[in-house]
Amino acid sequence: MADVTFIVDGKTLTAPAGTLLIEACKSHGIEIPAFCYYPGLSLQAACRMCVVRIEKQPKLATACTTTVAEGMNVTTESPEIAQARKATLQLLLGNHPLDCPVCDAGGECELQDMTFKYGAADSFYAEPKNHRDEQKWSPVVYFDRPRCILCYRCVRMCGEGMDIFALGVQNRGSSSVIAPNIPAQLSGVVENGTELAQLDCEQCGMCIDACPVGALTSGTYRYKTRPWEMNHTATVCTHCGDGCKTTLGVRSVSDGSEIVRGDNRDKSGMNGDFLCNKGRYAFDFANNIERLTSPLIRKDGKLTPVSWDEALTFAGNKLRDLRQDRGPNSIGVIGSNRTTNEENYLLQKFARTVIGTNNIDHHRTADFVTLATSLQGATGRFASQHDVEKSPAILLVGGDPTNQAPLTAWNIRTNVRHNNARIYIANHEGIKLRRQAKAFVQVAPFGYGAFIESLKADNDFAKSLHAEEQLVVVVGNELRGGELASLIKALPHAKFALLADYANSRGASDMGLLPDVLPGYQSLAGSTIANEYAAADTPGLDLLAMFDAAAAGNLSALYVVGSNPVKRYGIDAVTLKSTFLIVQDLFLTETAALADVVFPAANLYEKSGSVTNSYGDLQLVSKAADKAGTRSDFELIVRLAGHMGHDLKTLVPFGKGLRSDMGQSRGAQSGEADRHSVWMTANNLEPKTSPFDPFAILDEIQRLVPGYDKLLRLQLLSGNDQHISPSASGLVQITTSRKDLVLPSADTLFTSGSLTRYSPMLQDVQRHQSTEVADHLASAD
Amino acid sequence: MATIPNSIFTPTTAARFDKLATIYPVKRSALVPMLLYAQDEIGYVSDPVVAEIAQRLDLLELDVRNVLSYYSMLRTVPAGKYNVQVCTNISCMLRGGFELLDHCKHTLGIGHKETTPDGLFSLEEVECIGACCWAPAVQVNYDFHDDLTPEKMDAVLDSYRAREPK
Amino acid sequence: MPTLVSHPDEVKVLSKRFGLGAADIDKYIELDGYKATQKAIAEGPEWIINTMKASGLRGRGGAGFPTGMKWSFVPKVSEKPKYILVNGDESEPGTCKDHLVFREDPHAVIEGTIIAGLAIGSKMGFIYLRGEYRYLLNIVEKAVADAYAKGFLGKNIFGNEGVDFDIITQTGAGAYEVGEESALMESLEGKRGIPRIKPPFPAVVGLYGGPTVINNAETIANAPHILLMGGEAFAKLGTERNGGTRLFGISGHVERPGVYELPMGYSLRKAIYDVAGGIKDGKQLKAVVPGGASCPILKADEIDIGLDFDQMAKAGTMLGSGGIVVLDETVSIVEFALRTIRFYQHESCGWCIPCREGTDWIKKTLTRFHAGGGTKKDIDNIQYIADNMMGRTFCPLGDAAAMPTLGFVKKFRSEFEDYLAGARPANPLIQIQPVGEPEHAGAH
Ligand SMILES: Cc1cc2nc3c(=O)[nH]c(=O)nc-3n(C[C@H](O)[C@H](O)[C@H](O)COP(=O)(O)O)c2cc1C
Ligand code: SF4
Ligand code: FES
Repeated sequence: MADVTFIVDGKTLTAPAGTLLIEACKSHGIEIPAFCYYPGLSLQAACRMCVVRIEKQPKLATACTTTVAEGMNVTTESPEIAQARKATLQLLLGNHPLDCPVCDAGGECELQDMTFKYGAADSFYAEPKNHRDEQKWSPVVYFDRPRCILCYRCVRMCGEGMDIFALGVQNRGSSSVIAPNIPAQLSGVVENGTELAQLDCEQCGMCIDACPVGALTSGTYRYKTRPWEMNHTATVCTHCGDGCKTTLGVRSVSDGSEIVRGDNRDKSGMNGDFLCNKGRYAFDFANNIERLTSPLIRKDGKLTPVSWDEALTFAGNKLRDLRQDRGPNSIGVIGSNRTTNEENYLLQKFARTVIGTNNIDHHRTADFVTLATSLQGATGRFASQHDVEKSPAILLVGGDPTNQAPLTAWNIRTNVRHNNARIYIANHEGIKLRRQAKAFVQVAPFGYGAFIESLKADNDFAKSLHAEEQLVVVVGNELRGGELASLIKALPHAKFALLADYANSRGASDMGLLPDVLPGYQSLAGSTIANEYAAADTPGLDLLAMFDAAAAGNLSALYVVGSNPVKRYGIDAVTLKSTFLIVQDLFLTETAALADVVFPAANLYEKSGSVTNSYGDLQLVSKAADKAGTRSDFELIVRLAGHMGHDLKTLVPFGKGLRSDMGQSRGAQSGEADRHSVWMTANNLEPKTSPFDPFAILDEIQRLVPGYDKLLRLQLLSGNDQHISPSASGLVQITTSRKDLVLPSADTLFTSGSLTRYSPMLQDVQRHQSTEVADHLASAD
Repeated sequence: MATIPNSIFTPTTAARFDKLATIYPVKRSALVPMLLYAQDEIGYVSDPVVAEIAQRLDLLELDVRNVLSYYSMLRTVPAGKYNVQVCTNISCMLRGGFELLDHCKHTLGIGHKETTPDGLFSLEEVECIGACCWAPAVQVNYDFHDDLTPEKMDAVLDSYRAREPK
Repeated sequence: MPTLVSHPDEVKVLSKRFGLGAADIDKYIELDGYKATQKAIAEGPEWIINTMKASGLRGRGGAGFPTGMKWSFVPKVSEKPKYILVNGDESEPGTCKDHLVFREDPHAVIEGTIIAGLAIGSKMGFIYLRGEYRYLLNIVEKAVADAYAKGFLGKNIFGNEGVDFDIITQTGAGAYEVGEESALMESLEGKRGIPRIKPPFPAVVGLYGGPTVINNAETIANAPHILLMGGEAFAKLGTERNGGTRLFGISGHVERPGVYELPMGYSLRKAIYDVAGGIKDGKQLKAVVPGGASCPILKADEIDIGLDFDQMAKAGTMLGSGGIVVLDETVSIVEFALRTIRFYQHESCGWCIPCREGTDWIKKTLTRFHAGGGTKKDIDNIQYIADNMMGRTFCPLGDAAAMPTLGFVKKFRSEFEDYLAGARPANPLIQIQPVGEPEHAGAH
């Protein structure tokens, strides 16, 4: 819309016509106080804090509902306005319990801030305040009614934002109250003889985030600490493939530092306002007392704590010996969906160059190889998470983002609400997002092939899709291999994204945790990486084949990092009886329990690096917490290589002069110079001094992995996401017979693979929601 | 054909509700009248009433509860068979509204929003009922009684008692 | 049953059929009923609106907005259907005039609704009655059914091809705020009675998103009379910019309380002393609330004033809903103020902070004050809160609570001070409730 010019506090400003005054002011650095106004949610004009004086209007006007108009003359601060706001605060504080010293929101409370600003602290009411006991609505949501200022943010967040509508406003006048959807007398939940009203919802906690005061508090955080006693680190959530940023509040404890809170207060991530149940609360596995904190070696059939040196020496020697005696191809390596890109890259490089085998794989949750190969050479056809938020049209084929990829679902809903985006859905189930869909096609179970065929036919659904000029196609894990390829072929103008299950599922694929392709889906022979690695050019064993080999007695050793294949794939313990098994994990999982050596590992919240979400959006992972007795997977891989006697400089490019000391005089093109330091110089980077610095390997990733070469360090370090498209051509050709080996994790909003059972919160919430989710208790990754 | 199987309402009311859901440009418009008519029949807006009305109007039960709790005539607990509503707002107050309320409290032996043990009467102090020029006024269920005095009030109460089979 | 009263000074336009059994459709027709509608069909929208404009009729719901002008604001062309919404929520304390209109002349409301529909090109009207008016709803529903039976409602009304009009009757369930026009639409849409953000105004985006005219029942019932007698003739009955007559409900301490139809501009003093027979039991007048509870009180020496919107505004109060409440010398303003704020506290929808909390604090303070626990600061606090509510709330209910409160403490401050000093009304109207007693009337 055309810009209009108007005056605020004597300054001449411009903004597009139709902009709300409160937003126009904000974008010019003029802050107008507000409780009920919340960007992106419907307008309320209820709190009356945003009142301003507009010339020629008889009354003070609410900036939250006024749209800017040409020539408008606005005053946002004056004695009259300050008095109006002060009076409003005084009225609120009359009933508000001044229990700030024990309130979770103390220090982060908008009411406190405004009282501080407008000086309304003097309460002149003689009457007692209306006291009500705090209510527990779910394991994670508590409600303190007297603290509620009735801004209705939570109600709108739940209804408009989440499409759940589990919160309502009941009664009226000063008896008005926010109420959850299950009234006390129907909940069947009794505590201390009182029936409790309950929340039947997705337990996302968005209501808590939206609450400007301490009326809604988090079951996992309440009364634990004060906001200013925590350190806050923004990092990426470990749980699903969407890539939400979660800000972890951490405090020191005797054995490291403990995470006490997760939220997205700074809203700086690609998730904006959003965070789901897992992102907000399910960090608690990290504090679980069952965490492994000492290396273990099997002695007399029992896993026994030993020193790091003993464990590493034992494992290193053993691996070296087995490689020598039985050949590198007798050894297998399995990586993780939750470790960083740097760790994944390092692990496959370890397999390929330290051990010398392509026997490397991971639990695949989407067929990224087909995506990459189908789109190779094309530009701009890999959709990013932002596209889902902005694109005018989205086709969702398979998948159920509401349960599997909550941010994707949020973005789709937001896009519909704000931009009237057109959503098309083809699914074998009537998923919830259907409520937002313009058109829905019911697909028969396993009938996606037929659906793809129907896109070529003359029907309304196909016609509308072909007519969409900017179509983003989000594909669930039902489609892979040939089917996925033909879907991509059928919609040649669209952008694509695959939904995958964990924080770095995409990164695991991109980094080459695959037996038949190198990082960036490069060929085993002939590609730049292949040349540099000088490793075997025959495909290795995939994950299932490794276990087949083990069963046949042909797998001498298996190195498993951050994965629980024994549980996930139902592997019989006997299978591994003649295989030397090294497992690196947080807990004594089913796989770790069979190991000969176990290394206690740090989790994603305890390390630095980067991860790539399902869409290929790469983000920085920052170390928030610390657990004594654990080490990062990165360090463990490097140390293991060291104990195998490997020259670490060839594994991790640290220090000066890696490959040759011919200097740069003969030029980078000669092929003999130190390619790494030439690249670093060209990119104004200093060599890393430690082999444990993930950035040393990131340098190499950037240098060698197509797509990742476009990374901007400054963007990464500022915490911004960057979209990666593995856009190289000449990738491995898929043959129809290629096994995709995708095994969807079947996680829901309240499960996260093997971590589920180590998260008391997830357990609690599952019991709270018992009927719906009980089936999924068993899943593991 | 009834739209709701096993309706908790009498066939007449159920049929009326079937119709009510069709006459408005938007079905939900039937909500407030339906709640009131349901209360007339059942005595209060019980949980099953909420459930059935939500079903009839394609609403969440929470929506129904949000709305029903807003309106002061709707109640979620039973009242007496005859709900005596005494207006004490300004016009009635000036002509003895509070005196009347007090009188009712004493003769019925109950307070605001209470019910006699036999379940016959309940008492409520209400806001202006639109009978200001005939004050003081009382509504028993939907019947208006105006220009009252304590003596006339006794007669009114008796007339309701007299309706009961002996 | 409400009794009808009458006085020679009355000018009976709207009330001319009162007491004649006009709820019966045949009787109504006999008394010139449904002629105006047929005339309106014949003459067309422009004529209707011009006649209404010429009549000088101003809304009888309270705000006094010129009706003809309101109708003319509705866009001629609209994608969404247009609606007429008749406001029969009548809940302003002191007001019971629509009550009589519905009882005595329901067809006039129906006719007026059809006429409004014809004027703006709407095919559907709603008549919303407060839930307490169940017996009136039955009367109106019967009248509507009779009108359908005669072909006055439905398709091709009065035999005019393509002229359709439907009326749906609706009941509320106890909520004063639902009388506010946008809250009324919300209620009619099956929601909580929370007002809407304005703009957009109902004439542009109203019920179900369509352009909507909302009028008070009395306003609407005037339309057929105006069309038959002519706009100018109606206007002449009243004063400048205040056309016609109006139903005034006179209640409280008068000898002959009742609803009287008086010309606009009629003297307030005469209304009290002549029409309503003067102060009850020979007592002295203390004060008058001139137009329903939300209008600031007038002292006994302020009643030489004409009953029209402009003169009332000049006197710092409002004509409001036409409910004149008369207080004799024995009334304690402290008690009267307490009962008034209790009403607004109970009826505040609770949406916005100044109204929800302001009414609650004034009520709490006054309750304690009344019980004898007051301090001098309380009087200032009450005024401070009311001052800070004025003009700052989301809808006019906040003002409606603040305005009379300010009137009480400003005009009768000495009475509050005397109360503090121990003075008590000779004839207390409210028993003193111990402080902290739970919620009163209908609280949830
Ligand atoms: C709190 C509040 C309550 C109201 N109650 C009523 C009411 O009960 N009846 C009514 O006709 N108008 C009421 N009004 C006025 C309406 O909002 C609206 O102005 C009126 O119905 C318009 O009709 P009119 O132009 O014919 O007066 C109320 C307004 C407010 C702010
Ligand atoms: S002023 Fe505010 S709280 Fe009061 S009734 Fe209006 S919107 Fe509701
Ligand atoms: S932000 Fe404008 S009224 Fe609340």
